[in-house]
Amino acid sequence: MREERSDMSEDDDGGGEEKDSWAPGLGVAGKSRGAPDPLPPPLCDQVLENVIENVLQFLSSRRDRNAASLVCRSWYRAEAQTRRELFIGNCYAVSPRRAIDRFRCVRSLVLKGKPRFADFGLVPVGWGAHFSPWASAMAAGYPWLEKICLKRMSVTDDDLSLLALSFPFFKGLTLICCDGFSTAGLAVFAEKCRHLRLLDLIEDYFEEEEYEVVDWISKFPQTTTSLETLGFDCLLSAVNFEALEALIARSPALRQLRVNHHVTVDQLRRLMVLAPQLTHLGTGSFRSPEEGEGMEHEAHLVSAFAASRSLVSLSGFREVAPQFLPAIYPVCSNITFLNFSFAEITAEELKPVIRHCHNLQNFWVLDTVRDEGLQAVAATCKDLRELRVFPLDATEDSEGFVSDVGLTAISDGCRKLQSILYFCQRMTNKAVLTMSKNCQELVVFRLCIMGRHLPDHHTGEPMDEGFGAIVMNCKKLTRLAVSGLLTDKAFGYIGKYGKSIRTLSVAFAGNSDMGLRYVLEGCPKLQKLEIRDSPFGDAALLSGIHHYYNMRFLWMSSCKLSHRGCEDVARRLPHLVVEVIRDRPEADDEAVEKLYMYRSLVGRRNDAPPFVKIL
Amino acid sequence: MASGLRMEETELRLGLPGGGGGGEAEGVKNSGKRGFVEIVDLKLQLQTPVGVQEAAAEAAEKVRRSPNHDSIVSCGSDPEKPSPPKAQVVGWPPVRSFRKNILSVHSDKGRKEEGEKSSSLAALVKVSMDGAPYLRKVDLKTHRSYQELFMALQKMFSSFTTGDYGSQGMSGREFMNERKVKDVLHGSEYVPTYEDKDGDWMLVGDVPWEMFVASCKRLSIMKGSEAIGLAPRAMEKCKNKC
Repeated sequence: MREERSDMSEDDDGGGEEKDSWAPGLGVAGKSRGAPDPLPPPLCDQVLENVIENVLQFLSSRRDRNAASLVCRSWYRAEAQTRRELFIGNCYAVSPRRAIDRFRCVRSLVLKGKPRFADFGLVPVGWGAHFSPWASAMAAGYPWLEKICLKRMSVTDDDLSLLALSFPFFKGLTLICCDGFSTAGLAVFAEKCRHLRLLDLIEDYFEEEEYEVVDWISKFPQTTTSLETLGFDCLLSAVNFEALEALIARSPALRQLRVNHHVTVDQLRRLMVLAPQLTHLGTGSFRSPEEGEGMEHEAHLVSAFAASRSLVSLSGFREVAPQFLPAIYPVCSNITFLNFSFAEITAEELKPVIRHCHNLQNFWVLDTVRDEGLQAVAATCKDLRELRVFPLDATEDSEGFVSDVGLTAISDGCRKLQSILYFCQRMTNKAVLTMSKNCQELVVFRLCIMGRHLPDHHTGEPMDEGFGAIVMNCKKLTRLAVSGLLTDKAFGYIGKYGKSIRTLSVAFAGNSDMGLRYVLEGCPKLQKLEIRDSPFGDAALLSGIHHYYNMRFLWMSSCKLSHRGCEDVARRLPHLVVEVIRDRPEADDEAVEKLYMYRSLVGRRNDAPPFVKIL
Repeated sequence: MASGLRMEETELRLGLPGGGGGGEAEGVKNSGKRGFVEIVDLKLQLQTPVGVQEAAAEAAEKVRRSPNHDSIVSCGSDPEKPSPPKAQVVGWPPVRSFRKNILSVHSDKGRKEEGEKSSSLAALVKVSMDGAPYLRKVDLKTHRSYQELFMALQKMFSSFTTGDYGSQGMSGREFMNERKVKDVLHGSEYVPTYEDKDGDWMLVGDVPWEMFVASCKRLSIMKGSEAIGLAPRAMEKCKNKC
């Protein structure tokens, strides 16, 4: 029968970091465990349960908690009572009601919605992942809730208002890649949440017109605040700078501040002077609108950075004027995270900066620095754990400024590398093989050769061997994204050696059903599989029936699936929700354009839009 | 190639069942504000000879992509071979639209000359004035209030507002001088109006300046008699003053 012990994978977007998970598998066959006991346990059991509760309070990892909850009823109850952080990797896998019924004392909620490919426009607007039902359920069920983190959810201004009014102890809100809200919602939230410590807006979508923008920064309480983190670098509209300055001045606990691109370098300096205790700084535009007075500004800026002795993380640099870069030299040797991924700088401009960054562990950069820039990184940053190289021109025909040369240099210089995301147009199997041998700590390997079906640019061969070497040599690998010209052979390697892989991203790859079959039959730990534009059909889909209940989701778009095949799966796996998403509602083809399927304890959702058909 | 593709909608052609490549405009919008690029499928074998030549030239450029092919890439028949060159695909490469949008705006600004304001793009709108032989353009972003705007308009149209119009009431110069907006509107023959985003013609001065800048698409300075409801009062006041 089904394997019950599956747990949802952690959030590994950017490093394979461990987060708590929650085991829904219990509900499938062990439904009785979920229901409350009809009679209270006898006295001695109650005492035992209290003891267990006291012990379990110290367990924080959700994997450990899931394991503990499976021991017996008593432990299950005790664990449910003491779980403080609830992680739900797919908001449709469970209902708010069920979550609240089981876990009574949750203080912190992590909730994820849309599939990742929504970030690239593959999921039509209105698909779902609405936060509202969760917001209202939480308001009723968890009055002492303190923290919420949402990713790829649709959050309305009303939701924000409800949050602010319903939770008197609310401390922190993090919104990642969310949409549906505006500055009006932020204004209500800022005003009503009197004890707010954290507000972090990360790559959210704002769609308000200029005249609709509200001055939300002014709405924070006028007294000394408890703010520790304030991040709004994705906000499209400018904030009231005077109000921001005043807010910083009365927020002595502030450690993290990330401003948006409207903040000039002069304004930034003023803020830094008010908050020299900052550890994380998002620098905004890093440009001065008055070009002529650069020299004075530079001098003042340097002293502001020199005074910020605690800085470990720098980001922003959205319109960086290169003459201001030297200002950050005083902090370079301390910083562990540097995000230059919006800074169009050359290798020459990067070198003098990176030379000082001996302790850098996470580096995000644009490919404008070219292979030469990456060589400089490799020469200095011996402690580098994570590298992301983004393309300035993100089109498949673009020139591409980095190549196998840069990748090889990094692999030679940064032996502790754990996570890499690399966009390029020229790559060789040899370079990838070199990385697989040099960087044994790799947990995340995401290589995006932007031109579709591009082979090894030296040999003209497919990239099979390179990716094969990665899965073979990097024993700790849990996340893999492949690209370039790939045959079924590459998938054969993945299935054979990728025993720890949990997340796999495939695009424009493979020859036949065998490719997908290798993966589904060979990777026991696979949790998240997203595939686009690859020739995998119904037979391949069916080969994974034994495993789908162990996965969080499967996404397949522009493959060779048909309705018949998907219906087959839906019939055989009743606890799997099989969604067929149609871009053109009138086209009722036998071919399935987009398939999104996931396990769920609550069956089909009731908020599916017309273009989603649940089989 | 865009113009070539439009013709395809009217061409008779053989193609895969279920519709051709040009139909992606209808139907559900794929997160329209998120960098959506429609799928364009070039059916190269069915184009005119000119089209084929162009495609061949492009294919020759891209020959490095698929070294096993001859120069004209066929499509549709062989699923594992690459699509024709220049066909854009939704969501590829996988870069979040947030990042794509930011960098594309950035690169536009980068090309501006040094010294220019980089805070926001210009808001140039056409200005027409009754009786003036040609239109002008004004950048709303360079002004911070209605007063400033009117002063600029005065300078622009001063040559047209002396003479004939002066005899009927206040001269154009007096009309657009340093006064409060209310006075300007009520005390002269000319009524500044603007067309907003919804296509409606509105009186200038009702909404806050920022809102006006955001929604104004063009300006039109009408003669009092054309501005319904305001003309009689304006004329009245003119007569009293003169």
